[in-house]
Amino acid sequence: MSIHPRTQTLARRHSPLSDTFFQLEVLNGRALTDTKIPPFSETISQVGYSDGVLRPTRIEILQVNVGKLCNQACAHCHVDAGPDRKRENMTKETFDLCLEVLRRYEIPTVDITGGAPEMNPHFRWFVEQCSALGKRVLNRCNLTIILVHERYRDLPQFFAQHGVEVISSLPHYNARRTDSQRGDGVFEASIEALRLLNAAGYGQPDSGLKINLVYNPTGTFLPGNQEALEREFKAQLQRRYGVVFNQLYAITNMPISRFLDYLLESGQYDTYMQTLLDAFNPAAVAGVMCRNTISVSWEGYLYDCDFNQMLDLKVNAPGVHIRDFDLETLEQRSIVLNQHCYGCTAGAGSSCGGQVV
Amino acid sequence: MSNKRYFDPEDLKRFGQIGEWQKPMADKFFAWYGEVFKDGALTEREKALIALAVAHTVQCPYCIDAYTTTCLEKGADEEQMMEAVHVAAAIRAGSSLVFSTQMMNHAKEITM
Repeated sequence: MSIHPRTQTLARRHSPLSDTFFQLEVLNGRALTDTKIPPFSETISQVGYSDGVLRPTRIEILQVNVGKLCNQACAHCHVDAGPDRKRENMTKETFDLCLEVLRRYEIPTVDITGGAPEMNPHFRWFVEQCSALGKRVLNRCNLTIILVHERYRDLPQFFAQHGVEVISSLPHYNARRTDSQRGDGVFEASIEALRLLNAAGYGQPDSGLKINLVYNPTGTFLPGNQEALEREFKAQLQRRYGVVFNQLYAITNMPISRFLDYLLESGQYDTYMQTLLDAFNPAAVAGVMCRNTISVSWEGYLYDCDFNQMLDLKVNAPGVHIRDFDLETLEQRSIVLNQHCYGCTAGAGSSCGGQVV
Repeated sequence: MSNKRYFDPEDLKRFGQIGEWQKPMADKFFAWYGEVFKDGALTEREKALIALAVAHTVQCPYCIDAYTTTCLEKGADEEQMMEAVHVAAAIRAGSSLVFSTQMMNHAKEITM
Protein backbone atom coordinates (compact mmCIF):
# COMPACT_ATOMS: atom_id res chain seq x y z
CA MET A 1 0.00 0.00 0.00
CA SER A 2 1.59 3.25 -1.07
CA ILE A 3 0.58 6.86 -0.92
CA HIS A 4 1.55 9.65 -3.27
CA PRO A 5 1.28 13.29 -2.26
CA ARG A 6 -0.30 15.57 -4.85
CA THR A 7 1.59 18.58 -3.59
CA GLN A 8 5.02 19.58 -2.34
CA THR A 9 5.87 21.64 0.73
CA LEU A 10 6.14 25.40 0.32
CA ALA A 11 9.68 25.07 1.67
CA ARG A 12 10.66 22.65 -1.08
CA ARG A 13 9.06 24.81 -3.74
CA HIS A 14 10.91 27.86 -2.34
CA SER A 15 7.56 29.63 -2.27
CA PRO A 16 7.57 33.16 -0.84
CA LEU A 17 4.79 31.92 1.44
CA SER A 18 7.28 29.74 3.31
CA ASP A 19 8.28 33.05 4.92
CA THR A 20 5.81 33.59 7.78
CA PHE A 21 6.25 37.36 7.63
CA PHE A 22 5.15 37.29 3.99
CA GLN A 23 2.04 35.29 4.93
CA LEU A 24 1.13 37.96 7.46
CA GLU A 25 1.63 40.64 4.82
CA VAL A 26 -0.84 38.79 2.58
CA LEU A 27 -3.35 38.32 5.41
CA ASN A 28 -3.21 42.03 6.11
CA GLY A 29 -3.70 43.04 2.48
CA ARG A 30 -0.16 44.33 1.98
CA ALA A 31 1.12 41.72 -0.47
CA LEU A 32 -0.32 39.83 -3.46
CA THR A 33 -3.81 41.07 -2.66
CA ASP A 34 -5.35 44.31 -1.47
CA THR A 35 -8.27 42.56 0.20
CA LYS A 36 -9.12 44.52 3.31
CA ILE A 37 -11.18 42.95 6.00
CA PRO A 38 -11.55 44.62 9.39
CA PRO A 39 -8.80 43.75 11.88
CA PHE A 40 -9.88 40.78 13.98
CA SER A 41 -9.24 42.64 17.23
CA GLU A 42 -11.52 45.47 16.04
CA THR A 43 -14.26 42.97 15.26
CA ILE A 44 -14.13 41.36 18.71
CA SER A 45 -13.97 44.77 20.39
CA GLN A 46 -17.45 45.37 18.96
CA VAL A 47 -18.85 42.27 20.63
CA GLY A 48 -17.71 42.89 24.17
CA TYR A 49 -13.97 42.22 24.23
CA SER A 50 -12.79 45.63 25.38
CA ASP A 51 -9.89 47.10 23.43
CA GLY A 52 -9.97 44.00 21.24
CA VAL A 53 -8.08 41.98 23.83
CA LEU A 54 -8.63 38.26 24.28
CA ARG A 55 -7.40 36.69 27.53
CA PRO A 56 -6.81 33.06 28.41
CA THR A 57 -9.00 31.18 30.86
CA ARG A 58 -6.88 28.44 32.47
CA ILE A 59 -4.10 26.55 30.77
CA GLU A 60 -5.38 22.99 30.59
CA ILE A 61 -3.58 21.71 27.49
CA LEU A 62 0.08 21.65 26.55
CA GLN A 63 0.12 21.07 22.82
CA VAL A 64 3.52 19.84 21.75
CA ASN A 65 4.37 20.05 18.07
CA VAL A 66 7.25 17.61 17.83
CA GLY A 67 8.26 18.46 14.27
CA LYS A 68 7.33 19.03 10.67
CA LEU A 69 8.42 15.68 9.27
CA CYS A 70 5.52 13.74 7.75
CA ASN A 71 5.04 10.86 5.34
CA GLN A 72 2.21 12.84 3.72
CA ALA A 73 2.02 16.28 2.14
CA CYS A 74 -1.62 17.37 2.33
CA ALA A 75 -2.84 20.19 0.14
CA HIS A 76 -4.21 22.24 3.06
CA CYS A 77 -1.49 21.58 5.69
CA HIS A 78 -1.10 24.58 8.01
CA VAL A 79 2.26 23.26 9.23
CA ASP A 80 3.79 22.93 5.75
CA ALA A 81 4.81 19.46 6.89
CA GLY A 82 6.14 16.83 4.50
CA PRO A 83 8.71 14.16 3.80
CA ASP A 84 11.42 16.77 3.13
CA ARG A 85 11.10 18.49 6.54
CA LYS A 86 13.76 16.31 8.19
CA ARG A 87 15.56 19.11 9.99
CA GLU A 88 12.64 20.28 12.11
CA ASN A 89 12.39 17.65 14.84
CA MET A 90 12.16 18.22 18.60
CA THR A 91 15.30 17.14 20.48
CA LYS A 92 15.42 15.04 23.64
CA GLU A 93 16.52 18.14 25.59
CA THR A 94 13.42 20.07 24.54
CA PHE A 95 11.17 17.09 25.32
CA ASP A 96 12.78 17.03 28.78
CA LEU A 97 11.91 20.69 29.28
CA CYS A 98 8.30 19.91 28.32
CA LEU A 99 8.22 17.08 30.86
CA GLU A 100 9.60 19.36 33.54
CA VAL A 101 6.73 21.78 32.92
CA LEU A 102 4.23 18.91 33.01
CA ARG A 103 5.70 17.74 36.32
CA ARG A 104 5.73 21.23 37.82
CA TYR A 105 2.18 22.26 36.91
CA GLU A 106 -1.21 20.64 37.00
CA ILE A 107 -1.79 20.79 33.28
CA PRO A 108 -3.99 17.74 32.75
CA THR A 109 -3.67 17.21 28.98
CA VAL A 110 -0.77 16.74 26.60
CA ASP A 111 -1.73 17.08 22.94
CA ILE A 112 1.00 15.70 20.67
CA THR A 113 1.04 16.86 17.08
CA GLY A 114 3.34 17.33 14.09
CA GLY A 115 4.03 16.45 11.20
CA ALA A 116 3.59 12.79 11.85
CA PRO A 117 4.62 12.81 15.54
CA GLU A 118 5.49 9.11 15.45
CA MET A 119 8.42 9.86 13.11
CA ASN A 120 10.23 11.74 15.86
CA PRO A 121 12.79 9.31 17.36
CA HIS A 122 11.81 10.28 20.93
CA PHE A 123 8.06 9.96 20.39
CA ARG A 124 7.44 6.68 22.20
CA TRP A 125 9.63 7.62 25.13
CA PHE A 126 7.80 10.94 25.49
CA VAL A 127 4.38 9.24 25.42
CA GLU A 128 5.55 6.79 28.12
CA GLN A 129 6.78 9.63 30.30
CA CYS A 130 3.56 11.64 29.92
CA SER A 131 1.49 8.57 30.62
CA ALA A 132 3.58 7.81 33.74
CA LEU A 133 2.85 11.34 34.96
CA GLY A 134 -0.85 10.49 34.79
CA LYS A 135 -1.57 12.96 32.01
CA ARG A 136 -4.32 12.58 29.45
CA VAL A 137 -2.34 12.01 26.27
CA LEU A 138 -3.74 12.92 22.87
CA ASN A 139 -1.88 12.01 19.72
CA ARG A 140 -2.72 13.49 16.34
CA CYS A 141 -2.00 10.51 14.12
CA ASN A 142 -2.38 10.73 10.34
CA LEU A 143 -3.36 7.00 10.24
CA THR A 144 -1.26 6.11 7.17
CA ILE A 145 1.94 6.23 9.25
CA ILE A 146 0.82 2.94 10.85
CA LEU A 147 1.14 1.22 7.47
CA VAL A 148 4.07 3.05 5.95
CA HIS A 149 6.75 0.87 7.52
CA GLU A 150 6.98 -2.30 9.60
CA ARG A 151 8.38 -0.38 12.57
CA TYR A 152 5.11 1.56 12.98
CA ARG A 153 2.78 -1.43 12.62
CA ASP A 154 2.47 -1.95 16.40
CA LEU A 155 1.42 1.66 17.05
CA PRO A 156 -2.23 0.70 17.75
CA GLN A 157 -1.04 -1.66 20.52
CA PHE A 158 1.42 0.94 21.82
CA PHE A 159 -1.32 3.59 21.93
CA ALA A 160 -3.68 1.17 23.67
CA GLN A 161 -1.07 0.18 26.25
CA HIS A 162 -0.65 3.81 27.30
CA GLY A 163 -4.31 4.79 26.97
CA VAL A 164 -3.47 7.34 24.30
CA GLU A 165 -6.46 9.10 22.78
CA VAL A 166 -5.98 9.04 19.00
CA ILE A 167 -7.18 11.95 16.86
CA SER A 168 -7.00 11.44 13.12
CA SER A 169 -7.92 13.42 10.05
CA LEU A 170 -10.35 11.86 7.65
CA PRO A 171 -11.90 14.67 5.64
CA HIS A 172 -14.43 12.38 4.01
CA TYR A 173 -15.86 8.88 3.90
CA ASN A 174 -15.43 9.16 0.15
CA ALA A 175 -12.03 8.19 -1.26
CA ARG A 176 -11.92 10.87 -3.94
CA ARG A 177 -12.71 13.70 -1.48
CA THR A 178 -10.07 12.45 0.96
CA ASP A 179 -7.34 11.77 -1.60
CA SER A 180 -7.85 15.14 -3.30
CA GLN A 181 -6.70 16.76 -0.08
CA ARG A 182 -4.36 14.23 1.49
CA GLY A 183 -2.78 12.43 -1.47
CA ASP A 184 -3.47 9.42 -3.67
CA GLY A 185 -3.94 6.21 -1.75
CA VAL A 186 -4.42 7.96 1.61
CA PHE A 187 -8.07 6.99 1.95
CA GLU A 188 -7.47 3.29 1.42
CA ALA A 189 -4.52 3.29 3.83
CA SER A 190 -6.52 5.30 6.39
CA ILE A 191 -9.35 2.77 6.34
CA GLU A 192 -6.87 -0.06 6.79
CA ALA A 193 -5.26 1.78 9.73
CA LEU A 194 -8.69 2.41 11.28
CA ARG A 195 -9.39 -1.31 11.05
CA LEU A 196 -6.13 -2.00 12.92
CA LEU A 197 -7.05 0.57 15.57
CA ASN A 198 -10.55 -0.95 15.87
CA ALA A 199 -8.96 -4.39 16.27
CA ALA A 200 -6.81 -3.00 19.11
CA GLY A 201 -10.01 -1.86 20.84
CA TYR A 202 -10.17 1.72 19.59
CA GLY A 203 -13.70 3.00 19.06
CA GLN A 204 -15.21 -0.17 20.53
CA PRO A 205 -17.88 0.20 23.19
CA ASP A 206 -16.59 -0.05 26.78
CA SER A 207 -12.92 -0.34 25.75
CA GLY A 208 -12.15 3.14 27.05
CA LEU A 209 -9.94 3.62 23.98
CA LYS A 210 -10.93 6.61 21.91
CA ILE A 211 -10.38 7.29 18.24
CA ASN A 212 -11.81 10.64 17.20
CA LEU A 213 -11.86 11.72 13.58
CA VAL A 214 -11.30 15.21 12.25
CA TYR A 215 -13.45 16.44 9.38
CA ASN A 216 -12.39 19.52 7.50
CA PRO A 217 -13.87 20.77 4.26
CA THR A 218 -12.06 19.61 1.13
CA GLY A 219 -12.39 23.03 -0.46
CA THR A 220 -13.37 26.62 0.18
CA PHE A 221 -16.61 26.01 2.03
CA LEU A 222 -17.32 25.92 5.75
CA PRO A 223 -17.98 22.77 7.75
CA GLY A 224 -21.63 21.89 8.30
CA ASN A 225 -23.14 20.95 11.64
CA GLN A 226 -20.73 18.71 13.55
CA GLU A 227 -23.37 16.39 15.00
CA ALA A 228 -25.04 15.84 11.64
CA LEU A 229 -21.68 15.14 9.99
CA GLU A 230 -20.76 12.72 12.77
CA ARG A 231 -24.02 10.80 12.29
CA GLU A 232 -23.37 10.61 8.55
CA PHE A 233 -19.71 9.56 8.94
CA LYS A 234 -20.62 6.88 11.48
CA ALA A 235 -23.35 5.45 9.27
CA GLN A 236 -21.30 5.53 6.07
CA LEU A 237 -18.02 4.19 7.54
CA GLN A 238 -19.86 1.39 9.30
CA ARG A 239 -21.95 0.50 6.23
CA ARG A 240 -19.18 0.72 3.64
CA TYR A 241 -16.12 -0.43 5.60
CA GLY A 242 -17.25 -1.79 8.98
CA VAL A 243 -15.16 0.88 10.72
CA VAL A 244 -16.17 2.51 14.02
CA PHE A 245 -14.99 5.65 15.82
CA ASN A 246 -15.99 7.80 18.79
CA GLN A 247 -16.44 11.45 17.87
CA LEU A 248 -16.09 13.63 14.80
CA TYR A 249 -14.46 17.04 15.19
CA ALA A 250 -15.43 19.51 12.47
CA ILE A 251 -12.64 21.99 11.82
CA THR A 252 -12.52 25.02 9.52
CA ASN A 253 -9.60 25.39 7.09
CA MET A 254 -7.28 28.18 8.21
CA PRO A 255 -6.16 30.68 5.56
CA ILE A 256 -2.47 30.12 6.26
CA SER A 257 0.41 28.12 4.82
CA ARG A 258 -0.55 25.61 2.10
CA PHE A 259 -4.28 26.38 2.26
CA LEU A 260 -3.42 30.06 1.82
CA ASP A 261 -1.30 29.07 -1.17
CA TYR A 262 -4.25 27.12 -2.60
CA LEU A 263 -6.61 30.07 -2.05
CA LEU A 264 -4.25 32.45 -3.83
CA GLU A 265 -3.43 30.06 -6.67
CA SER A 266 -7.09 29.27 -7.34
CA GLY A 267 -8.16 32.91 -7.11
CA GLN A 268 -10.48 32.23 -4.17
CA TYR A 269 -8.67 34.10 -1.40
CA ASP A 270 -10.99 37.14 -1.38
CA THR A 271 -14.15 35.04 -1.44
CA TYR A 272 -12.92 32.74 1.33
CA MET A 273 -11.91 35.59 3.65
CA GLN A 274 -15.30 37.22 3.02
CA THR A 275 -17.00 33.88 3.80
CA LEU A 276 -15.14 33.70 7.13
CA LEU A 277 -15.99 37.32 7.94
CA ASP A 278 -19.68 36.92 7.00
CA ALA A 279 -19.86 33.84 9.23
CA PHE A 280 -18.16 35.56 12.20
CA ASN A 281 -19.95 34.30 15.31
CA PRO A 282 -19.39 36.35 18.49
CA ALA A 283 -20.44 33.34 20.59
CA ALA A 284 -17.54 31.30 19.17
CA VAL A 285 -14.89 33.68 20.51
CA ALA A 286 -15.26 32.53 24.11
CA GLY A 287 -14.53 28.89 23.22
CA VAL A 288 -11.48 29.16 21.00
CA MET A 289 -8.64 26.85 21.96
CA CYS A 290 -5.98 29.53 22.49
CA ARG A 291 -7.77 30.38 25.73
CA ASN A 292 -6.87 27.09 27.43
CA THR A 293 -3.86 25.91 25.45
CA ILE A 294 -0.15 26.63 25.17
CA SER A 295 1.49 25.40 22.01
CA VAL A 296 5.18 24.43 21.99
CA SER A 297 7.24 24.31 18.81
CA TRP A 298 9.91 21.73 17.96
CA GLU A 299 12.46 24.34 19.03
CA GLY A 300 10.72 24.90 22.36
CA TYR A 301 9.13 28.28 21.67
CA LEU A 302 5.71 29.05 23.11
CA TYR A 303 2.64 30.11 21.17
CA ASP A 304 -1.06 30.69 21.79
CA CYS A 305 -2.00 27.95 19.31
CA ASP A 306 -0.57 25.77 16.55
CA PHE A 307 -1.67 28.33 13.93
CA ASN A 308 0.15 31.21 15.63
CA GLN A 309 3.12 28.85 15.85
CA MET A 310 3.09 28.39 12.08
CA LEU A 311 2.99 32.17 11.62
CA ASP A 312 5.76 32.52 14.21
CA LEU A 313 3.62 34.77 16.43
CA LYS A 314 5.12 33.93 19.83
CA VAL A 315 3.24 34.41 23.11
CA ASN A 316 2.97 37.93 24.44
CA ALA A 317 4.69 37.14 27.76
CA PRO A 318 8.08 37.74 29.37
CA GLY A 319 9.28 34.17 28.68
CA VAL A 320 8.72 32.86 25.17
CA HIS A 321 10.60 29.56 25.55
CA ILE A 322 9.63 26.36 27.38
CA ARG A 323 12.68 26.79 29.63
CA ASP A 324 11.12 30.05 30.91
CA PHE A 325 7.59 28.60 31.23
CA ASP A 326 5.71 30.35 34.01
CA LEU A 327 2.04 29.43 34.29
CA GLU A 328 1.04 32.50 36.25
CA THR A 329 2.43 35.05 33.82
CA LEU A 330 1.20 33.05 30.84
CA GLU A 331 -2.34 33.04 32.23
CA GLN A 332 -2.19 36.83 32.46
CA ARG A 333 -1.06 37.41 28.89
CA SER A 334 -3.14 38.77 26.06
CA ILE A 335 -3.52 36.38 23.14
CA VAL A 336 -1.80 37.40 19.91
CA LEU A 337 -4.49 37.97 17.28
CA ASN A 338 -4.33 38.41 13.54
CA GLN A 339 -6.54 38.02 10.49
CA HIS A 340 -6.32 34.21 10.39
CA CYS A 341 -8.24 34.16 13.70
CA TYR A 342 -11.46 34.59 11.67
CA GLY A 343 -10.97 30.90 10.80
CA CYS A 344 -11.68 29.88 14.41
CA THR A 345 -14.75 32.10 14.88
CA ALA A 346 -16.70 31.32 11.72
CA GLY A 347 -20.03 29.56 12.06
CA ALA A 348 -20.05 27.20 15.01
CA GLY A 349 -16.39 28.03 15.64
CA SER A 350 -13.41 25.76 15.25
CA SER A 351 -10.67 24.40 17.45
CA CYS A 352 -8.46 21.33 17.69
CA GLY A 353 -11.42 19.72 19.46
CA GLY A 354 -13.92 20.65 16.74
CA GLN A 355 -16.75 23.16 16.82
CA VAL A 356 -16.97 25.33 19.93
CA VAL A 357 -20.61 26.40 20.21
CA MET B 1 -31.24 45.50 -18.90
CA SER B 2 -28.68 47.36 -16.90
CA ASN B 3 -25.67 45.15 -17.50
CA LYS B 4 -26.56 43.50 -20.83
CA ARG B 5 -26.68 40.00 -19.40
CA TYR B 6 -28.99 37.65 -17.57
CA PHE B 7 -27.83 35.84 -14.41
CA ASP B 8 -25.10 37.73 -12.60
CA PRO B 9 -23.58 35.55 -9.81
CA GLU B 10 -23.33 38.70 -7.67
CA ASP B 11 -27.14 38.90 -7.69
CA LEU B 12 -27.31 35.79 -5.51
CA LYS B 13 -25.78 37.79 -2.65
CA ARG B 14 -28.55 40.35 -3.13
CA PHE B 15 -31.35 37.82 -2.68
CA GLY B 16 -32.09 39.21 0.77
CA GLN B 17 -32.83 42.60 -0.77
CA ILE B 18 -36.12 41.46 -2.28
CA GLY B 19 -37.64 42.74 0.96
CA GLU B 20 -36.90 46.26 -0.16
CA TRP B 21 -40.13 46.40 -2.18
CA GLN B 22 -42.34 44.06 -0.15
CA LYS B 23 -40.94 43.52 3.32
CA PRO B 24 -43.72 41.60 5.15
CA MET B 25 -43.97 39.00 2.40
CA ALA B 26 -40.17 38.67 2.10
CA ASP B 27 -39.83 38.29 5.87
CA LYS B 28 -42.42 35.52 5.86
CA PHE B 29 -40.76 33.81 2.91
CA PHE B 30 -37.27 33.85 4.46
CA ALA B 31 -38.55 32.69 7.85
CA TRP B 32 -40.40 29.80 6.20
CA TYR B 33 -37.42 29.04 3.95
CA GLY B 34 -35.12 28.82 6.98
CA GLU B 35 -37.56 26.52 8.75
CA VAL B 36 -37.86 24.24 5.71
CA PHE B 37 -34.14 23.52 5.58
CA LYS B 38 -33.67 22.77 9.28
CA ASP B 39 -32.80 19.27 10.41
CA GLY B 40 -36.12 17.45 10.80
CA ALA B 41 -37.57 14.14 9.67
CA LEU B 42 -35.09 14.59 6.82
CA THR B 43 -31.49 15.58 7.57
CA GLU B 44 -30.06 18.88 6.36
CA ARG B 45 -27.91 16.90 3.92
CA GLU B 46 -30.93 15.08 2.46
CA LYS B 47 -32.81 18.36 2.08
CA ALA B 48 -29.80 19.95 0.38
CA LEU B 49 -29.67 17.05 -2.10
CA ILE B 50 -33.40 17.44 -2.86
CA ALA B 51 -32.85 21.18 -3.34
CA LEU B 52 -29.95 20.47 -5.69
CA ALA B 53 -32.11 18.11 -7.77
CA VAL B 54 -34.96 20.62 -7.92
CA ALA B 55 -32.50 23.38 -8.82
CA HIS B 56 -31.56 21.38 -11.90
CA THR B 57 -35.19 20.79 -12.77
CA VAL B 58 -36.07 24.48 -12.56
CA GLN B 59 -32.68 25.22 -14.14
CA CYS B 60 -31.88 28.01 -11.71
CA PRO B 61 -28.15 28.82 -11.87
CA TYR B 62 -28.26 30.65 -8.53
CA CYS B 63 -29.81 27.63 -6.84
CA ILE B 64 -27.33 25.26 -8.49
CA ASP B 65 -24.36 27.26 -7.16
CA ALA B 66 -25.91 27.72 -3.73
CA TYR B 67 -26.94 24.09 -3.24
CA THR B 68 -23.71 22.66 -4.64
CA THR B 69 -21.93 24.52 -1.84
CA THR B 70 -24.58 23.56 0.71
CA CYS B 71 -24.45 19.88 -0.26
CA LEU B 72 -20.66 19.86 0.23
CA GLU B 73 -20.98 21.72 3.54
CA LYS B 74 -23.50 19.17 4.76
CA GLY B 75 -21.11 16.33 3.94
CA ALA B 76 -22.51 15.06 0.63
CA ASP B 77 -20.01 13.78 -1.92
CA GLU B 78 -19.87 13.93 -5.71
CA GLU B 79 -21.62 10.59 -6.21
CA GLN B 80 -24.56 11.56 -4.01
CA MET B 81 -24.88 14.90 -5.77
CA MET B 82 -24.77 13.40 -9.25
CA GLU B 83 -27.26 10.70 -8.28
CA ALA B 84 -29.61 13.42 -7.04
CA VAL B 85 -29.38 15.17 -10.42
CA HIS B 86 -30.04 11.85 -12.17
CA VAL B 87 -33.19 11.45 -10.07
CA ALA B 88 -34.35 14.89 -11.25
CA ALA B 89 -33.42 14.07 -14.83
CA ALA B 90 -35.15 10.67 -14.70
CA ILE B 91 -38.38 12.26 -13.49
CA ARG B 92 -38.16 14.90 -16.21
CA ALA B 93 -37.53 12.25 -18.86
CA GLY B 94 -40.20 9.98 -17.43
CA SER B 95 -42.72 12.79 -17.29
CA SER B 96 -42.26 13.30 -21.04
CA LEU B 97 -42.28 9.64 -21.87
CA VAL B 98 -45.37 8.86 -19.81
CA PHE B 99 -47.31 11.24 -22.04
CA SER B 100 -46.52 8.95 -24.92
CA THR B 101 -49.31 6.73 -23.62
CA GLN B 102 -51.67 9.53 -24.55
CA MET B 103 -50.01 9.75 -27.94
CA MET B 104 -50.39 6.00 -28.36
CA ASN B 105 -54.02 6.07 -27.22
CA HIS B 106 -54.88 8.83 -29.64
CA ALA B 107 -52.95 7.31 -32.51
CA LYS B 108 -54.65 3.98 -31.97
CA GLU B 109 -57.98 5.72 -31.91
CA ILE B 110 -57.53 7.40 -35.26
CA THR B 111 -55.65 4.78 -37.15
CA MET B 112 -56.76 1.46 -38.62
